[in-house]
Amino acid sequence: MSQIHITTTINGDETEYLCEADETLLDVLRDHLDMTGSKEGCGTGDCGACSVVVDGRLVCSCLMLAAEAEGRAIETIEGMGQGDQLHPLQQKFLEHAALQCGICTPGILVAAKNLLERNPNPSEEEVRYWLAGNLCRCTGYDKIIRAVMDTAADMRGAA
Amino acid sequence: MRFETPTSVDQAVALLAADPEARLLAGGTDLLVRLRAGNIAPSTIIDIKRIAEMTVISQEDGGWRIGAAVPSAEMNEHAALKADWPGVVESADLIGSTQIQGRATLAGNLCNASPAADSVPAMVAAGATARIAGPDGTRDVAVEDIPTGVGKTSLGKGELVTSIHLPPKPARSGDAYLRFIPRTEMDIAVVGCGIYVTLDDQGKISDARVALGAVAPTVILSQSCADTLIGTAGDDAALDALAAAASAEAKPIDDKRGTIAFRKDVAGVLAKRAARIALARARGDS
Repeated sequence: MSQIHITTTINGDETEYLCEADETLLDVLRDHLDMTGSKEGCGTGDCGACSVVVDGRLVCSCLMLAAEAEGRAIETIEGMGQGDQLHPLQQKFLEHAALQCGICTPGILVAAKNLLERNPNPSEEEVRYWLAGNLCRCTGYDKIIRAVMDTAADMRGAA
Repeated sequence: MRFETPTSVDQAVALLAADPEARLLAGGTDLLVRLRAGNIAPSTIIDIKRIAEMTVISQEDGGWRIGAAVPSAEMNEHAALKADWPGVVESADLIGSTQIQGRATLAGNLCNASPAADSVPAMVAAGATARIAGPDGTRDVAVEDIPTGVGKTSLGKGELVTSIHLPPKPARSGDAYLRFIPRTEMDIAVVGCGIYVTLDDQGKISDARVALGAVAPTVILSQSCADTLIGTAGDDAALDALAAAASAEAKPIDDKRGTIAFRKDVAGVLAKRAARIALARARGDS
């Protein structure tokens, strides 16, 4: 079977890859491009561990075919910090200890960043609903929500 | 498996008509799950998101045309659409998570033909039609006539839904959709109910449409429910009659998500509550 040649933009860099028609974007990120920050939890769009942003919209990369990415702009967890400089959300997650095992953390950070770009001043309820598709079996969510709310407040103050 | 990206409806129809084993990809939130589970093994995936006309929400003769590739998140961000048909937009906004709503479409929800599809009762209550393109041209079909059974639709060979049309919203009208799930989000409807009402200038209900989901193999558009409302002011007695009619109309099954008795009862409760919201919207109270 002939592979499909895709040219796309990942975290601002033009990227090319070859994929099979039935490979997901998550498969290609992890297995072809060695970008293993996005995690496979369920593979059915329930857990959000594979969350990425495609053309500004938060999606599950396990529910998107790699071949669909042609010409799109993709943001993954690998693009969140700048070298050693953590994104404010990443810093706050450390300060609030908003993670334990860490499998869900990349997806939650990607999702929370997308929320704050759309709404710099979300209510706690808005944060909880926005992150409803990001499952965490360790923390009980409270520290995650507090870390996101605290980041939003800091970023508003700095703006 | 091949992957095709037609850029026109005609190309998509030709691809689909030429290959009975092909499957359409809109948001993919159902298709990819089935692919992965091995439930389906299509020869070709036809991605419709490169067809420009299928990716837009546009106003048409006072109503709205929503392309088959428009994700529900985009509907939720469309203030004018939401102002006209809040029930339809809210129903799509209940499907899955933020991530799912970034991809999932009305047309996909309809053609997946799940009895529990949240947006379908809302579309049926709103009087929505689906535009279907196929080898013999284009036709418009009422949304309630698309699903014919669990996972089955009335679409013929080579046909696809290209858009959903919501009619112009009359003055003094309102719609609403409610569902029951055991938690607050990220679950499949145990029962769903979409309601649309129009009031006359005396405040009496002159038109009503009531649709029930997840209580039969396909969505139920109930005239007996609508009749309990029409001609009344939507008072408590009318809403009690609506609830009784909705419970009677529901023909659910027992399964792990709910029993027959529970679902029939909840159908009545949801009909009553959704009617209250639709009435408040029609009166301009909300």
